[in-house]
Amino acid sequence: MRPPLYLYRCTSRKGETVRFEVEIQVTPREGIVDPEGQTIGQALGNLGYAGVHHVKAGRLVHFELDADDADQARSSVDRMCEELIANPVIERYEVQIKSPQTASP
Amino acid sequence: MKIGIVRFPGSNCDQDCYRAVDEGLGAEAVYLWHKSHDLEGCRAILLPGGFSYGDHLRAGAIARFSPIMREVIAFAREGGPVLGICNGFQILCEAGLLPGALVRNDSLRFRSHPVRVRVEQTDTPFTSEYEEGDVLRMPIAHGEGQYVADRSVIDALESERRVIFRYVDGLGQPTEEANPNGSVRNIAGICDEGRRIVGLMPHPERVVSKLLGTDGLGVFHSLIGSLRATGDTAMPTTKTHAAEAAEASAP
Repeated sequence: MRPPLYLYRCTSRKGETVRFEVEIQVTPREGIVDPEGQTIGQALGNLGYAGVHHVKAGRLVHFELDADDADQARSSVDRMCEELIANPVIERYEVQIKSPQTASP
Repeated sequence: MKIGIVRFPGSNCDQDCYRAVDEGLGAEAVYLWHKSHDLEGCRAILLPGGFSYGDHLRAGAIARFSPIMREVIAFAREGGPVLGICNGFQILCEAGLLPGALVRNDSLRFRSHPVRVRVEQTDTPFTSEYEEGDVLRMPIAHGEGQYVADRSVIDALESERRVIFRYVDGLGQPTEEANPNGSVRNIAGICDEGRRIVGLMPHPERVVSKLLGTDGLGVFHSLIGSLRATGDTAMPTTKTHAAEAAEASAP
């Protein structure tokens, strides 16, 4: 059994961490039916927008994360995705870690 | 012989389950609060339907991290019988106790009406009182009941005879019209490799009375029968919860 999410703690030490901006895009995996995307595509067609193909609908999760460095941030975000934010059976995710700023004390 | 019914915030079929066990069978039903770490010596666990945690993120995704789920997962892994109905099925999939996932109905609509399901296998603690091929009438009430899984998983489910219920028409055939949500191969319910954990989308606990139909009663009779047959010696322990809680709070 994988440990639940709350067991993970930020291991950063005060004064040495950087605040990262994290954006996670979750979309249905290839081959998984996406009725929401299909419906949006149909509705766009009905509205007269021609040439719209392969609409996919997903979810955007955004947060800020304190970490020692980008690698640490990345690996911790990957764990979050595998464990909670995406369901690997039906979804894929894409992570963007942006513009580190010094964390405010 | 106690049967535990887990209550998550947003569970709404917990009372139906309670009455199915209590009035339908005359067995002892107890509610188990999601924050508890104690299964109170229950011999079987029911995860009822509803909208646990408002279905946020994905149906069942948050409930899976409820404190009681650590105990339920340990209980299930030791062979304790667990039944997940509707949202409970979604939780079992999210928890990795059953393979695959339940996604939005292909109609994109919340479907709430009676369906027919065929009993495919009778060697589980929840179907032993039925005959293979029995067609049952039960209600469904879900927006996310489309069962999906990788092809290899589906093939394994079929070859290991782990598809327990299938949506069928009046003639007992798994037709496209009889499929209310687009589930692959009309799958309405499955079990784990050990055949002790069963999940299904339809609601057997809502058809346990003369007024509303009794097709679901067999699920609960099967459970009691199988618990009586295994006796107290086969009762799985849940001793690990104290140790795990200590582990979790350790620095």
